[in-house]
Amino acid sequence: MKKLIAGLLLLAGVLAGCSSTPTKEQDGAAVEDRSPSAEAPAKPATKPSDSGVTSKPLGTSSVSANPLKDPNNILSKRSIYFDYDSNIIKDEYKPVVTAHAKYLSQNRAAKVAVQGNTDERGSREYNLALGQRRADAVKQMMQLLGAGAAQIEPVSFGEEKPRAQGSSETAFSENRRADIVYQGE
Amino acid sequence: MNFSHLINKLSAVFWFVLLAVPTASHAVLTIEIIGGGASQTPIAIAPFRAEDGLAQKITPVVAADLARSGLFKIIDAGGMVPMPYEPDQVNYPQWRARGAEAVVIGTVTLLPDGRYDIRFRLMDAVKQTQLAGFVYFATAAQLRLTAHKIADVIYQKLTGDAGVFATRITYIVKKGKRFELHVADADGYGAQTVLASNEPIISPAWSPDGTRLAYVSFEQKKPVVYVQSLTTGGRQAVANFWGSNSAPAWAPDGRRLAVTLTKDGGSQLYLINADGSGTPTRLTTNSAIDTEPNFSPDGQSIIFTSDRGGSPQIYRVAASGGQPQRLTFEGSYNVSPRHSPDGKSFTFIQRNGNRYSVAVQDFASRQVQALTDGGIDESPSFAPNSKMILYASEVRGRGILAAVSSDGRVKQRFTEDAGDVREPAWGPLISK
Repeated sequence: MKKLIAGLLLLAGVLAGCSSTPTKEQDGAAVEDRSPSAEAPAKPATKPSDSGVTSKPLGTSSVSANPLKDPNNILSKRSIYFDYDSNIIKDEYKPVVTAHAKYLSQNRAAKVAVQGNTDERGSREYNLALGQRRADAVKQMMQLLGAGAAQIEPVSFGEEKPRAQGSSETAFSENRRADIVYQGE
Repeated sequence: MNFSHLINKLSAVFWFVLLAVPTASHAVLTIEIIGGGASQTPIAIAPFRAEDGLAQKITPVVAADLARSGLFKIIDAGGMVPMPYEPDQVNYPQWRARGAEAVVIGTVTLLPDGRYDIRFRLMDAVKQTQLAGFVYFATAAQLRLTAHKIADVIYQKLTGDAGVFATRITYIVKKGKRFELHVADADGYGAQTVLASNEPIISPAWSPDGTRLAYVSFEQKKPVVYVQSLTTGGRQAVANFWGSNSAPAWAPDGRRLAVTLTKDGGSQLYLINADGSGTPTRLTTNSAIDTEPNFSPDGQSIIFTSDRGGSPQIYRVAASGGQPQRLTFEGSYNVSPRHSPDGKSFTFIQRNGNRYSVAVQDFASRQVQALTDGGIDESPSFAPNSKMILYASEVRGRGILAAVSSDGRVKQRFTEDAGDVREPAWGPLISK
């Protein structure tokens, strides 16, 4: 029953994500002008496999911008935060997951690791599995939005690599997190 | 109430070091004993003849081992004239007057080849008979080990259980941003760093013969299971599949490991070969978390943590697979199960509110006993004689190691003077 609800919430999230970000999707052209650093090494400047999509130099100012690093681009947002003991992707993080799913679907050579994290309470190995569940949830949503399964490796750090130190609720909530990290970053 | 402190210090010596070279550490584990056994055997340990000249005296180590167990009361042997070294020199009424029920005597002789001939006898002071007598040939470097073996014989003779003083433990020390995998004697001496890394290391597990460690390292930006030889230092990734790889547990045959893999989605149990060859065999199939496997001593079954019932609980499954059976029912968070080597019970961590404590559950009666008051206790593992449980705890925000007897009466605290200590595992008995 719990899983069914979780599944429905996830599906609802996917639908909400799809419909709530059309304006961002218009930035797709800019996303397509990716910088070499976001790519696996030794790729040609133009990618023949994407039918109808060619990259070409634009003006001097915008060509070097890497959308993944551009602080004004939603793709620079990489963290999804979770409630205690939860792997439900909250509404406020759906646009982030959606944007990365879109990017991956349009950049088939791009690969990411989704790194799940937990707070420090409880068994290290069990927390590793809980972190994995968060990473899996992000991967699942990205896949439903068109990213390829092989583009996303969900892994877990459990409680081992806390971003915030200490045993306060503030630290705990900072550490209940999944991060999206592009290959080569 | 018996309350004694044993402060022992020795600089750590490194055998070999992998990855980056760690700076020399002077970290020492110090052991503090709290509480004592229901009954303590009063025992006198007479200094061995000619041990004064040794770089490492024998009898203080024997006395410290026995005292640490909580099952012995060490009777002062000072001022006995003449000090006995042979059975016919033991003046039993004098020892009985001091309260001793057993007396240990012995000799040390330097041999022409540079080794030492070490003889000891355990005498029953009441019946005035010899309970045990052994001779050891040891190099100077083996003197501590010889002392532990003598303590093992005495412990076994007087309690009926195997002694575990000559065993080793492993644990992880976090120093700033560095992680070190240590192997030390069971009394905390002689710690060696066998692996150092800038990324976390967790879940070390001893091979049944004590020659290898399996563990999880995050050096590849994800959890990967490695097996490392303690004799050669060589190491190999044995589970490095898509996703996360963790929670290694040795099969008693030393050839297979149970691990948690996520390659097929979710955290599930698999069996792999300990040399990394072949394809993993899937052991559990469900959409819940299954992790922290641990083989029964006979290799027939595996206990593990699963949240298939809605909260993490301990389950048991046949090593060949099949339908798991739930073992824990009290409370909403029971994790990290480990069998007792005698196969009769398992230890685990149970949560009550915000407190995590070490507990044991008897397989036959299903009786649960909490052994610690709880704080932040983690990672329990039995000593090979099933009498003590080593675990990680926290004091003032710093990780320490602690041990508790399986009846909860004797408690020991190991503190390291530098760093945060966690993830202990007690090694097996080594024959020879």
